[in-house]
Amino acid sequence: MKFMQIIIIALISCLFAANVYASDGRGLEIATELDVRDNGFGDTTSTMTMTLFDQYGNSTSRKIRNRTLEGTDEGDLSLVIFDTPADVKGTAFLSHTKRSGSDDQWLYLPALKRVKRIASSNQAGPFMGSEFAYEDISSQELEKYTYKYLRNEAYNGLDCFVVEYDPVDRKSGYSKQIVWIDTKEYRSHKIEFYDRKESLLKTLEYKGYSQYNDKFWRADVLEMENHQTGKRTVLEFDDWKFQTGLTAKDFNKKSLKKVR
Amino acid sequence: MNFTKSSYGEMLLNNRILAIIFLFLVTVGMSYGAKNLYFDNDYRAFFGKTNPQLEAFERLQKTYTKIDNVQFAVEPDPGSDASSVQILAAIEELTELAWQIPYSLRVDSISNYQHTEVDEDDLLVEDLYGYAEELTEQELKDIRAIITTEPSIIGRIHDPAHRSTAVTATVQLPGKDPMEVVEVVEAARVLKETIERNHEVTLRLGGIALFNNAFLEASENDMMTLMPAMYIVILIVTYLLIRSIYATAVVVLIIVPSITVAMGFGGWIGVGLTPPSASAPTVITTLAVADSIHFLVTMFQRMNAGHSQRDSIIYSLSVNGKPIFLTSITTAVGFLSLNFSDSPPFHDLGNITAAGVMAAWLFSIMLLPILMSFVTVKPKETLGALNKCMAIIGEFISSKYKAVLLVSMLVSVLITAAITRNEINDDFLKYFDEDITFRSDTDWISQNLTGLNQIQFDMQSKMPNGISEPQFLNKLETFSNWARNHEVVTNVQSITDVFKRLNKDLNGGDEQFYKIPESRELSAQYLLLYELSLPFGLDLNNQIDIDKSSTQVIVTIDDLTTNQIKAWIKEAETFLESELGMDAVAAGPTVMFSYIAERNIEGMLWGTLYAVLIISGIILIALKDVRLGLLSLVPNLLPAALAFGVWGLFVGQVNMAVAVVTGMALGVIVDDSVHFLTKYQLARKNEKLSAERAVVSAFSGVGTALLVTTIILVAGFAILAQSSFGLNSAMASLTAIALFMALVADLTILPALLILLDRKMNKSNAQENVVTA
Repeated sequence: MKFMQIIIIALISCLFAANVYASDGRGLEIATELDVRDNGFGDTTSTMTMTLFDQYGNSTSRKIRNRTLEGTDEGDLSLVIFDTPADVKGTAFLSHTKRSGSDDQWLYLPALKRVKRIASSNQAGPFMGSEFAYEDISSQELEKYTYKYLRNEAYNGLDCFVVEYDPVDRKSGYSKQIVWIDTKEYRSHKIEFYDRKESLLKTLEYKGYSQYNDKFWRADVLEMENHQTGKRTVLEFDDWKFQTGLTAKDFNKKSLKKVR
Repeated sequence: MNFTKSSYGEMLLNNRILAIIFLFLVTVGMSYGAKNLYFDNDYRAFFGKTNPQLEAFERLQKTYTKIDNVQFAVEPDPGSDASSVQILAAIEELTELAWQIPYSLRVDSISNYQHTEVDEDDLLVEDLYGYAEELTEQELKDIRAIITTEPSIIGRIHDPAHRSTAVTATVQLPGKDPMEVVEVVEAARVLKETIERNHEVTLRLGGIALFNNAFLEASENDMMTLMPAMYIVILIVTYLLIRSIYATAVVVLIIVPSITVAMGFGGWIGVGLTPPSASAPTVITTLAVADSIHFLVTMFQRMNAGHSQRDSIIYSLSVNGKPIFLTSITTAVGFLSLNFSDSPPFHDLGNITAAGVMAAWLFSIMLLPILMSFVTVKPKETLGALNKCMAIIGEFISSKYKAVLLVSMLVSVLITAAITRNEINDDFLKYFDEDITFRSDTDWISQNLTGLNQIQFDMQSKMPNGISEPQFLNKLETFSNWARNHEVVTNVQSITDVFKRLNKDLNGGDEQFYKIPESRELSAQYLLLYELSLPFGLDLNNQIDIDKSSTQVIVTIDDLTTNQIKAWIKEAETFLESELGMDAVAAGPTVMFSYIAERNIEGMLWGTLYAVLIISGIILIALKDVRLGLLSLVPNLLPAALAFGVWGLFVGQVNMAVAVVTGMALGVIVDDSVHFLTKYQLARKNEKLSAERAVVSAFSGVGTALLVTTIILVAGFAILAQSSFGLNSAMASLTAIALFMALVADLTILPALLILLDRKMNKSNAQENVVTA
């Protein structure tokens, strides 16, 4: 009797698990391949100009420097340093990406001369008032989504896989993302973000891919358009450098205060 | 019989089939335009494209998130309050589910209020509570402390006395399809039912989306109830008057195509239906029936005198052709004057009705005679008593003309003096009757939770990232505090509350730091930290523009009259200007509606003036007599003044719709004086009667017709006055009063003046004769 019960419970939990991790094989394969192809970049630095546009076409820009260190057992470590606007100059944002659960985040406030930990599980809010949420630009760890292969489709003349990403985090602002990934180099070209009521919320387009160190592809321009509010944000990257010799020491709470 | 003057009638009856084909083509061609008609259920439709308050508001809406919303207000059961665990649980579920409302951008409630807490160097920003059923007594106590003190909560989404609490879903409608609002409201109603089923609560729905939807429901309501009532009245009155079922049916056959042609015309010119323009069919029905009545009454009178039916039709056409055309033209001109209004729905009402009136004219002089020629009808003597009665009144007035004049002048002066008792009040939520759920729900919300008037101030620092400047923030703070000191203000939403809270939290929760941060850098960095901590949808984009140079302060105000609101706005704008040197202007629906009456009256002053000039010109040309034309101004203009006086005595509150009444009513009112004066002139010139005798002749000739058409018109507008939409009912009530006053004036002051004028003329003529002799 007991044996039977165990078997039934095991069977049920298998069904349940299958439901939770609803990735189909192909979708996960594509996402894994995308991840694998970027393995070994070590660390990168770049500068970024973020330009916000409202419905009128009014715009405003801010300048940011990015530093990223490839994670080993956990996710990537990243540091964002704000250069403009002047009143946030020197403010630095450190995040340790987690494969599961909320990322660890700290902000150094030069005006207060203190590091504050952002002890919040909210990662879906807008980043610096832009149309990008923190979850859109943080390191894309495989475990953060389940994947469904939808179809192959030409996009901008490239044959692409179209894959659905379903966020695992309950607090994500999205019900799903549809991602266009080219079949040759496994680069993301377009992402459609759907809000919790499954309406199209935003579209992100990657433009101007260049290859660094003969291996790693980075886009120069990321354009996010919000279809519901008509606002837009453009990220322009410059000055990509790979394997500059950054170490984990450059990405801890202590180093945050000394960041220049 | 000599029919030289009525050759048109002959021609018409000889070419009946051709005429019917022509009318059929016109009717089908015009009516086909009705396919373009749609319901415009956006309150913004009431404002012209160039309305400065609308422009200011649209600018604000583009800079910040829109404030179109659905408000779910919880009404606790008697004996319980809005902070009970059950209600907290209901709010929690409702908050979660409200994200599913179509086009929703954000959801605000006490459950997802972003509470900040500090533990050493950790800043925790999270929902105020979750899993309400598992909250401990202490946690409940802490929550209650916050929801009764936090300035961004109280008087907005929670009543500090726990009488109610609300979930607000902000929606951004793409504006491509008028059904979007309906979709939102339907989803909201389904959600309300779900929550009411799962929890023991009662929900009341408010907000702009419901407000917009109420326009649609009011229009539909009116069409469902008022139109049938109108038809019943028309059928009864017409039947009582002509006692012929066939003729009554024919009248309906005249009215129906008049309406479809008019509505089709509206479709061709791209009208979106709003409650005022949706009332056009009722107005057209009322006006169209008068033409038929005049024609049929004359026809039956002629038949009673022993003439054949065909001859009587032709005779009636020849007699009534000119007055029906004249009165139709003047009525159309009166309605066209509505184009001077500042509010597009009234343009639509005016244009559709003018088209309907002209269509009714066409059908009355073509279709009506043809239809009456197909069937043999028997004349019936029905109004003999009334005719005799009219003659007696005529005798009385002409013999006592001085007394009549004196009394009517005295009464007129007394009544018109009461015009000043009218106060303009465009409380737009009160446009809807209590029997519309939206009205009773919002009334309840305004009594138990929050004011319904939101006034937005766009506070500009005029430099990028300037909102972090302490000087600017202190000005905001001064203004917010100033606003909060007014008893009528229930809530002030200001970004300064966020800055003060962050300053305190990031200084270890020290109350001393509950103030604006000392430096610009501090504020900017706090804001950056805070923004990084907010969840999806609850960002600050609804309060801060993209380059952080301006922020909006939203002041919520209790139920006030338009004048009180305008006074408050003025006071606030003056305070900003003189005390703080800021040129922020108030914006928002409340502001727009507060100024609409003023702008409407301004526009309609010109419209009414043009209508008076054109209509008087038409009368002058028709009567070919300058003195009579000028004299007719008295009974034509006085009724509107009297109507406003009566309104001042008995009601005292007017809305923007009243501005259109004078011009519109004038076109209808003049019909009576045109008929009376034409008959008077005829009696003087053709029959060479004295002024007194001519007055009596006019009384017995057209008195009955005037009385009957006025009864129909007054009944029609009195029915429209039952509209569940306040602008329609105010407009219709005033018009009904004015039409009644016009009848009284035409049967008292007009004849008395005619006799008086005649005496004066005779005297001066006599004097001249003496001098020349």
